[in-house]
Amino acid sequence: MIRITTDPIDPDALRHEMFNPAAGGYCAFEGWVRNENEGHTVRQLEYEAYDPLAVKEGKTILAEAADKFPHLQAHCVHRTGLLDIGDCAVWVGVASPHRDEAFQACRYIIDELKHRLPIWKKEHYANGDSGWVNCERCAEHAHG
Amino acid sequence: MKTITVRYFAMFREYAGVEEETLTLDADTAADVFEHTKSRHGSSEPSGHCKVAINDEMADWSSPIADGDTVLLFPPVAGG
Repeated sequence: MIRITTDPIDPDALRHEMFNPAAGGYCAFEGWVRNENEGHTVRQLEYEAYDPLAVKEGKTILAEAADKFPHLQAHCVHRTGLLDIGDCAVWVGVASPHRDEAFQACRYIIDELKHRLPIWKKEHYANGDSGWVNCERCAEHAHG
Repeated sequence: MKTITVRYFAMFREYAGVEEETLTLDADTAADVFEHTKSRHGSSEPSGHCKVAINDEMADWSSPIADGDTVLLFPPVAGG
């Protein structure tokens, strides 16, 4: 299951959905909005996703993880919209018979999600400026 | 010449000032579309950094373009 949502992420509720009698290990990753990036004080983060392809690509990543790690149960939720410092932007939860696979699968999924999902984030800084993360260097004429 | 719809996302959309537009271009591949619309999305380097989808399927820069296609240009992603 992968979900893209503007609603706040509730990790406790998501964890409860993972309970599974065959699982001996559960591992989760929460990505939080932090207050600094590359020397700039960040006030808010704004996430934008192209939902149809983010969901499709997310399902592909979860299927890849299931192939690599048998008997894996894996879920992911990514939030979009304007987020405040401390908000949970992404949650990945996996349950598997053994802990090693749970750690590895969780790491695999979050790493792939970050590189492959059509999701973008714009940082809003304390000084009033804003900037797209990873984007500025690709532009010939970046906005000020 | 092919008539295609180009959709811009995130920084590309802000730079172009539009979400999408229909263009008639001399383009064989997705890379050709990126190159032809450079002045619109403002990016100088597609490969390795930006991604492309054609008709809601992830594609490669070498993927062929057909008349009537919708080409989605994605700036470097930053999820998580």
